[in-house]
Amino acid sequence: MSAPTLRIADLGLGFRTWAGPVEVLHGISLHINKGERVALVGESGSGKSVTARIVLGLLQELKNARISGTVEFEGRDLDRLSARERHALRGTRMSMIFQDPTSSLNPVYRIAPQFHEVLKRADPAISEAAARDRAAALLSAVAIPEPERALDSYSFQLSGGMNQRVMIAMALANEPSLLIADEPGTALDVTVQAQTLALMRDMVEEHHTSVLFISHNLGVVREFADRVYVIYKGRIVEHATAEGLFADPRHPYTRALLAAVPRITGGGIPEIEDVSEDYYQPLVVHEGCGEPEGAA
Amino acid sequence: MKRAAYILVRNPLSLTGVILITLVVFGALFADFIAPFPEHRGAVVDFANFNKPPEWPYLFGTDLVGRDLFSRILYAYRISLLLGVVVLAIAVPVGVTIGLVAGYIGGWTEYVLMRITDVFLSIPPLVLAMSMMGLLEPTLTNGMLAVTAMWWPWYTRLVYNLTRSEKEEGYVLAAEVIGASKPHIIFREILPNCVPSIVTKMTLDLGFVILIASSLSFLGLGVQPPTPDLGSMVADGAKYLPDSWWLTVFPGLAILVAVFGFNLLGDALRDILGVDQ
Amino acid sequence: MPPVVRLLAKRLGTSLIVLVGVSMLIFTIARVIPGDPARIALGPNATAEQVEALRERLHLDEALPIQYGYFLRDLSRGDLGISLYTNRPVTADIAQFLPATLELIVVAGLMMILIGLPLGVIAARYRGSWADHAVRIFTLLGVSAPSFVWAVILMLIFAFYLPLFPIAGRIADSYAIASVTGFLTIDTLIAGNLAAFGNAAWHIVLPAFALSLSGIGQAARLTRSNMVETYDKPFIEMARSYGFPERRIARRFAFRPSLIPSLTIIGLDFAAMLGNAFLVEAVFAWPGLSRYGVAVILRKDLNAIVGTVLIISAMFLLVNIIVDLLIAFINPRIRYSQRAS
Repeated sequence: MSAPTLRIADLGLGFRTWAGPVEVLHGISLHINKGERVALVGESGSGKSVTARIVLGLLQELKNARISGTVEFEGRDLDRLSARERHALRGTRMSMIFQDPTSSLNPVYRIAPQFHEVLKRADPAISEAAARDRAAALLSAVAIPEPERALDSYSFQLSGGMNQRVMIAMALANEPSLLIADEPGTALDVTVQAQTLALMRDMVEEHHTSVLFISHNLGVVREFADRVYVIYKGRIVEHATAEGLFADPRHPYTRALLAAVPRITGGGIPEIEDVSEDYYQPLVVHEGCGEPEGAA
Repeated sequence: MKRAAYILVRNPLSLTGVILITLVVFGALFADFIAPFPEHRGAVVDFANFNKPPEWPYLFGTDLVGRDLFSRILYAYRISLLLGVVVLAIAVPVGVTIGLVAGYIGGWTEYVLMRITDVFLSIPPLVLAMSMMGLLEPTLTNGMLAVTAMWWPWYTRLVYNLTRSEKEEGYVLAAEVIGASKPHIIFREILPNCVPSIVTKMTLDLGFVILIASSLSFLGLGVQPPTPDLGSMVADGAKYLPDSWWLTVFPGLAILVAVFGFNLLGDALRDILGVDQ
Repeated sequence: MPPVVRLLAKRLGTSLIVLVGVSMLIFTIARVIPGDPARIALGPNATAEQVEALRERLHLDEALPIQYGYFLRDLSRGDLGISLYTNRPVTADIAQFLPATLELIVVAGLMMILIGLPLGVIAARYRGSWADHAVRIFTLLGVSAPSFVWAVILMLIFAFYLPLFPIAGRIADSYAIASVTGFLTIDTLIAGNLAAFGNAAWHIVLPAFALSLSGIGQAARLTRSNMVETYDKPFIEMARSYGFPERRIARRFAFRPSLIPSLTIIGLDFAAMLGNAFLVEAVFAWPGLSRYGVAVILRKDLNAIVGTVLIISAMFLLVNIIVDLLIAFINPRIRYSQRAS
């Protein structure tokens, strides 16, 4: 069995602030095998977004961040890599899509040159014309009608749904092993969100891309993910298959989450009013789930 | 207030601004007591001590008729600050009111008022004041008039833009629905929301008025001798460069210090009040 | 009609109205001042008949609107009257002195952009470092003193103490260059005289720099704060997530969106230099329109004053229009949203 695409072991994250040190992550462990779709679920502020950014290496650049633990990508410990090697992975072997597609695209450049930049990551010598052809093909694959017209447009001229597809196309353009999706489609309306998710599922299945799916939306997670980790205040509290979690939630926090009513505003994040002592109970792992041993 | 103190202390530049301005204002207010030669602000001659480089007791040297430069600068600060305060006291209410009315009432009123404002704004700032000063007698009062005439449109434009965006905000619509009168909405609802921007601009403007006023007097269009004025001191001294360098350098630095201080203070206020650029 | 052309037409129309307003304003001020313009012009030794004759010629006894009418009629013929200072048509005076001022402003404007913008980018990229603080202090100082103070200090340091630059004038008297555009830098090149070009360029550096300091300061501060804001935007995070090199992000992705909000103010600063040119020209004895302007103002030379102010305001408006067009060109939102509106 080959090494998991992503393996995080005991990841800790703290910030040095003027009010003293603040711990955000308290030893997170998770893994994603090839072609698996794993969801990381929690409220806002639980630490799920920063986990994603650590994998990509985006947080390490902050001066007051303290990171401990191991992150392995395709069997290689990311800490052991040089900064340049780490950097080379971004956009090529691992990529990310973000919450608000329209504001994630540069507003003063058309889509075509932005695509060109992305494709250059894998093939620095690619010409503008060749990039354009490839981009058009990719846009067709994500079911964008009239790809040529989209390429010549600015992000504010396209709808939110179309921009989302553009982002997906860009993220998968260089055939990464890992796709990180940070609350994708939260800024879109529900029907569009459903369509884009279906599209994403088809595409990752086709390319055997592993996916780390970050969300607070349980319905979406149920549709999309194979396995689920539930995170609460920087700790993983439950880990199960998607079916298993929804059929038999065991941790008190998971149960509270499933029972909670989503807020009307704020992207449907569930409201958990009381902070119960129970939520701090240790990790509950369902059968058949568990962390693999490390590579070295 | 505590937050204000925190921001000031954290940022050494802001603190510098506060200190500089305190010194300037202090010097201007208490010139009578601080100046070593308070009578030198007038038409005094002392040829025995004329054109001396900086040495005790003439901290900044003396001018060509023997007057102590340091004392004259302190009195010049007094005039500059007075000018700034008077100009703003008139220009700000006028400009702000026009901006509020134009922004809120809209229609023909808006068009006419803003076109008039544009006329004043399309003459480069110094040029209008210069023309007016050139055509009137160069006195302090006329100087105030000229600078005020060119100053109010900036506040109009600032407040006009703010009003136009505030107009659509919830609290305004709510007030309209209740049936509040137009003056009430303008002055009791919208105006308070403009205050941070206005106050920040006023602080920065105190410095800029000093800048403009000194530019006018540099060209000979400001107050006349023997009243001490920073700009004219620089102009008079420029003829004697580079030998009697203190004649130009110290008044010039005095201008720089005052404006610099107001700029730093304005920046600090901007941070404290959270104003956008 | 393409949206940009429509924008241009609208702005030209508004500017024309504003210019008319300006002419009315300055005309009224010029005519309403205390004192008799004719007497002032002729001096205290003129006889009553001479004063009366001049008043007749200048239509000074007629009602103000009628005077304005005469003024407009002359203006439409390109006649701005005779300057009582130079005894030449005002238009000739302007034609002689304007290019010198324009040259100064253009060079200063170039300095503002070529020095100010990169400084802002550097300060934003290395936010919080010593480079950022150094830029901040430098730019604040630049903005805090009137141009003449800087002119004097620069002259003192670089022309007197370290004789690196000439003290005054546009070019050494030994060069006689045919005046084609009035821009010495261009005319010397047209004449093929490289030595003269070098000399002219050498003469323009210090005054232009003094003039541009406040503009450089503004441009740098604005660019820095806009770029800092842009760096926080989602599309920059996305660019980082794709591993685009930091340098490329600063230059390509973050710069252009930051530029747009700054452009309006940069345009205003550039135009404001038209006003500040007065001060620099005075210190460096630069034979430009501003120096002429000061002279005629001091002499209460009505025709020349009105003509000069009008021309300067027209330039100011023109520069603003060009800047607005540039903004529309760079900001795709404006270009395309005209379609919707």
